[in-house]
Amino acid sequence: MNDIRRPIASGSDWNFAILQRFDTELACLADEYRLDTYPNQIEVITTEQMMDAYASVGMPVGYHHWSFGKQFLAVEQAYRRGQMGLAYELVINSDPCIAYLMEENTLMMQVLVMAHACYGHNSFFKGNYLFRTWTDAESIIDYLVFARKYIAQCEERHGVQAVEQLLDACHALQNYGVDRYKRPSPISAEEEIRRQDERETYLQAQVNMLWRTIPEAPRGDMPIVDGMSPENDPLGLHSAGRYPSEPQENLLYFIEKNAPLLAPWQREIVRIVRKLAQYFYPQRQTQVMNEGWACFWHYTLMNRLYDDGLVDEGLMLEFLQSHSAVIHQPDFDSPNFSGINPYALGFAIFTDIKRICVSPTDEDHEWFPDMAGSPWRESVEFAMRNFKDESFIQQFLSPKVMRDLKLFLVVDDDQEETLEVGAIHNERGYRRVREALAMQYALSVREPNVQIVEADIRGDRSLTLHHVQDARRPLGRSVYPVMRHLHQLWGFPVRLDSFEAERVTRRYHWPIEGEEVQAGR
Amino acid sequence: MTYFIDRRPNAKHKSAVNRQRFLERYRKHIKRSVEESVNRRSITDMERGEKISIPTKDISEPVFQHGQGGARSIVAPGNKEFLEGDRIQRPKGQGGQGGGQGDASNQGEGMDEFAFTLSREEFLEFVFDGLELPHLQRKPLKSLDEVKMVRAGLSRDGVPARISITRSMREAYARRIALRAPIRRALKAAQEALQAEERKDSVLRNPARITELKAEIERLEKRLESIPFIDTYDLRYHQLSAQPQPSSQAVIFCVMDVSGSMTQNHKDIAKRFFLLLYLFLEKHYEKVELVFVRHHTAAREVNEEEFFYSRETGGTIVSSALRLVDKIIEARYPPGKWNLYVAQASDGDNWDDDSDVCRELLLKKLMPQLQYFAYVEITPHEHQSLWQEYEAVAGVFSERFAMRQIVEAGDIYPVFRELFKRRLSQRQ
Repeated sequence: MNDIRRPIASGSDWNFAILQRFDTELACLADEYRLDTYPNQIEVITTEQMMDAYASVGMPVGYHHWSFGKQFLAVEQAYRRGQMGLAYELVINSDPCIAYLMEENTLMMQVLVMAHACYGHNSFFKGNYLFRTWTDAESIIDYLVFARKYIAQCEERHGVQAVEQLLDACHALQNYGVDRYKRPSPISAEEEIRRQDERETYLQAQVNMLWRTIPEAPRGDMPIVDGMSPENDPLGLHSAGRYPSEPQENLLYFIEKNAPLLAPWQREIVRIVRKLAQYFYPQRQTQVMNEGWACFWHYTLMNRLYDDGLVDEGLMLEFLQSHSAVIHQPDFDSPNFSGINPYALGFAIFTDIKRICVSPTDEDHEWFPDMAGSPWRESVEFAMRNFKDESFIQQFLSPKVMRDLKLFLVVDDDQEETLEVGAIHNERGYRRVREALAMQYALSVREPNVQIVEADIRGDRSLTLHHVQDARRPLGRSVYPVMRHLHQLWGFPVRLDSFEAERVTRRYHWPIEGEEVQAGR
Repeated sequence: MTYFIDRRPNAKHKSAVNRQRFLERYRKHIKRSVEESVNRRSITDMERGEKISIPTKDISEPVFQHGQGGARSIVAPGNKEFLEGDRIQRPKGQGGQGGGQGDASNQGEGMDEFAFTLSREEFLEFVFDGLELPHLQRKPLKSLDEVKMVRAGLSRDGVPARISITRSMREAYARRIALRAPIRRALKAAQEALQAEERKDSVLRNPARITELKAEIERLEKRLESIPFIDTYDLRYHQLSAQPQPSSQAVIFCVMDVSGSMTQNHKDIAKRFFLLLYLFLEKHYEKVELVFVRHHTAAREVNEEEFFYSRETGGTIVSSALRLVDKIIEARYPPGKWNLYVAQASDGDNWDDDSDVCRELLLKKLMPQLQYFAYVEITPHEHQSLWQEYEAVAGVFSERFAMRQIVEAGDIYPVFRELFKRRLSQRQ
């Protein structure tokens, strides 16, 4: 520790020279901690611009759509009324990593944001396996530019409304436009344009294989369509089996490739929405980790700046105040409670990993035998790189953090009169609480499991989807509007069967055929 | 490696297009809100934006979601007293959706309604959307009779009537000071010299010098006196210059029947109609004046307050009001300079013989001068003779004479739109 304090700057005013000096210091420290980052591109913007950036989900270039306008109005309204402050920062997973600083921020905020975004998030984007697998930081900006241009072109050619309706339909399904297990090929703008032309000419020239009527030789591995026994179908017209042969979880991909009536440009737009959904897919799965990691590092780096005498007490106090507000977790019965604060949870877990490494207790030795007493820098790096929220919580949520946050599990079963406390933060409950919290962050649990099982290519061209209920949870009301959108894309009737324990509990149709059938129950 | 970029000078409003798209898409909803608020607002209250709420369900972007029901587990922080196996009453109102999902709905209003604010401009745009002023004639800007003389400083010459006394006196005062000062100085010097001479011993005195000084003093005093108190040189005149007047000015004659049969409710409806007309014209003309004429058997020009809120009883003679309007036009609003509008509200009652008189008055005297005559009849009942006579007028001046029936407040806006709807056919 330095006894002589030589702060780079004091007070709350900043200028570019000061920011530059702080960045140099932060970069040095980051280097010392071996944080591997993309180059940073720090952009100073106004409040108004921040609201714009917000409205477009942080994408620096976005195509036009009314939903972004809605988002903008909502943000603007909330901000004007003072219901919410704007986030101080926004960071984009790209190479170079773009971070926005708001001009209204004080010096402390700017330094904090640089530490948080430019070194915390940035290294997360570069290191975490999901981002490494699913996104291409170098090409995303190019792709966004391409998407915006392409969609603008379509608007010119086919009218704003036609494009808007198509985008509405795609947005409704965008969470189901991701490949969960297969790594997509990298996308880059030039490549994309070239391939798009290719696809278009190819599609124009070819008869869609799906709809051709010349029978193929039957293939044994395809399941036989229900209710079509060989006696009813002596000519073997249905023996080709069902299409697709496997259920499809990527609905938009299936639509893009198979929807019978979409024009080539429409398929292309489906593809754009799908690609962007894929780009955001890792972010939706790593909220806790990502924010936790960034908070952990801004906390560490800011404290180092202080220890090295580069900031004064005033700035440090302001920082601590702001930091504790960010990682504050209101209790479930507090009026401010709105779910678990990912910043708080993530920060607590990463901080605790460090504690377990540095000063392990007996409990830690029992729970984390490999980690207790190991070098902390390697352990947090390992945790950051190889997990997503679900598995991260499952692996690293320690009894101490559960005790600190006083986590408890409530089971809400509609067949019971009352809620039941399933487990609390005690010896008996740790594992169950942890398990349940991890599941809470699993996308597969958060989103209903809906898959395409059959496109009736020989009959009425209808599309059938299955929904497998999780713990008897039915689909929400929004199912009909979504079905309508799906029907718009597919162009023929759409069915959705909801399964609970292998039994259909409810069938949905679009267009609605009389009353919907209430099977089972 | 870090680059700093100052983006502040870059364009704001990147989302302007998206915002516009949103407003366009929900035009119908927004218009409905705007129409409601037009009916609700008071007369002084139109000149601001409006908070628009759209039901969230109309605006939501649907995705597959879990619905209510089934079993779900929620992990929540801040356990104080619960032990494993405790049973808790389900919180009321929301189906036990407490945590985890991040959309806990205790934020009050925010959840069912999507609210945002239209600026005043946007609000009025929506109010007047699709409406066009009928027969708007912009009188030419620089025609001679529309020149107004305005004061434009001072000048040295002019007619005596425009003399500026203060400025002239100030000039004279200054001139007097300036001209007198050197003479005064010389006079003082001469007087001092004379005194010095006189104080000398008589032997040493120079009589010739004394005579000379005395003559000098006398001459100087004469000169002082001869400086005039005011001179033609001092006179200043107000100067006028001719300034072209903005010509687009309009006057609306609000004519209302206040006989016993008109209830306050009728008047409120009429008020909204006049108000809309005013706002509408105000947007198109640089200056809009309102003249309130109310009548029962006799017509009177009154102020706004009295027009809408004082009570009268008696029979109804509509022609009295039309005559008064004609008189006022003649006296104060020459049709060459003003765009004249008449808006009449009535419950349709009139003295039987009077309706033909009204027709004649309108056909012969009023209509040729008016830009537009709008008549609304606020009644759920059958039309009476006045309506029929007016129909005859409408037949002759179909482009500039409009009449509609209103039953309740909600009808006003549609009627208003109807009256002033864009006349596309004429445009082409």
